[in-house]
Amino acid sequence: MMNIATEFSRDVLLLDAAAAVRELAHSIRQTVLQNLRRRGAVVGLSGGVDSSVTAALCVQALGKERVFGVFMPEKDSSDDSLTLGRLLAERLGIPTVVEDIAPALSALGCYRRRDASIRKVIPEYGPGWKSKIVLPDLLAGSYYSIYSIVAQSPAGEVHKKRLTPEAYLGVVAATNFKQRTRKMLEYYHADRLWYAVAGTPNRLEYAQGFFVKNGDGSADFKPIAHLYKTQVYQLGWHLGLPEEILRRPPTTDTYSMEQSQEEFFFSIRLETLDLCLYGKNHGVNAAEVAAAAGLTVDQVRRIYSNIEAKLASTRYQHMPPQLVEPVEEVSIQESHGNAGGH
Amino acid sequence: MTIEKEVRSFVVDNFVFGQADETFSNTDSFLEKGLIDSMGILTLVEFVREKYSLLVEDEELVPENWDSVQRIADFVERKLGEDMVTSTVASAIEPEKQPA
Repeated sequence: MMNIATEFSRDVLLLDAAAAVRELAHSIRQTVLQNLRRRGAVVGLSGGVDSSVTAALCVQALGKERVFGVFMPEKDSSDDSLTLGRLLAERLGIPTVVEDIAPALSALGCYRRRDASIRKVIPEYGPGWKSKIVLPDLLAGSYYSIYSIVAQSPAGEVHKKRLTPEAYLGVVAATNFKQRTRKMLEYYHADRLWYAVAGTPNRLEYAQGFFVKNGDGSADFKPIAHLYKTQVYQLGWHLGLPEEILRRPPTTDTYSMEQSQEEFFFSIRLETLDLCLYGKNHGVNAAEVAAAAGLTVDQVRRIYSNIEAKLASTRYQHMPPQLVEPVEEVSIQESHGNAGGH
Repeated sequence: MTIEKEVRSFVVDNFVFGQADETFSNTDSFLEKGLIDSMGILTLVEFVREKYSLLVEDEELVPENWDSVQRIADFVERKLGEDMVTSTVASAIEPEKQPA
């Protein structure tokens, strides 16, 4: 009998990068020019690997003159985001614009509303403080994904408090203005240029609902949504993206304190989650995944149930606007995924 | 109303959204039934804090305490019992201390 345990390893995520880039470029050309009938692509550039790979793939597909990059920093963005984004745009040779969204966010009350919600659990929170929201460590035994806020006073004192439902929802609702404002600007440029908007989620983000509905979840096409995070990195190396981008730890760049994506949403390392998600998607048992990922069987089981729970609780994120009955005369081909919402 | 009934009534009002509440028993696992996610647990923790004046520690946020109506009721009763013991002991240690 074949020993399956020896077959499952991190190698399952290895791609033939050259072939994948060729196929993706073909698919993007087809989607943008034929299906969407637009003449180019707008990509919001964050300096992260996902938006960088998406932009580079669009350049392969459409040519550098037909890809427009938008930088959208705000008060809490790290300086690296703009520096790295510019580095990428220079490497790709694409036209770009900087849209500072801080004034729009201030006018919408994004920062004021967020701070008021934080004060519900940390009353002294105010000007000069920094904050982020974090999840407990799933591998250390936490079961529920319950968020805490970590805040740092101007004197450097760090407070950590579990959020109440009201405070949690208040912080999330206010910070969601950031992703929604960015999407509004991407569509402004797309409308102006007769381009389509490229969404940049990878498979982990897409499957786990790690996006803001009608914010970064909104796009005309999502060329890397089927790729695991480690595969996105492989394409990045193959496409010759700047090393600074490929070696930067993933960040949400949404909160004023330095925050990794693991802390915010996944609570485990992204490479590990990749392997577990792959294993779960392909019906690989927990023991085999544990051996390949360097985890205990119990930890993999916990990750499997966490993935399951996220799929169920973020179903709303993927749902398009719900109709009472189908409207038959609207016969848009829903080739892949969902229409509407995102 | 018993604690178990109060918890059940809160769960029905907030997570079953008015559907017939015969769909789950007091010992059914919320996770297995897909009834309550982490946001739901946070809401239940807040309910317990307000209703019974109980503070829940991070290490108490485990399915053994929160994954069914019965488990929550047992947890609340246990905590209320501990609180009574603590306050009795405290008043015995400091008998001279008078409320302001």
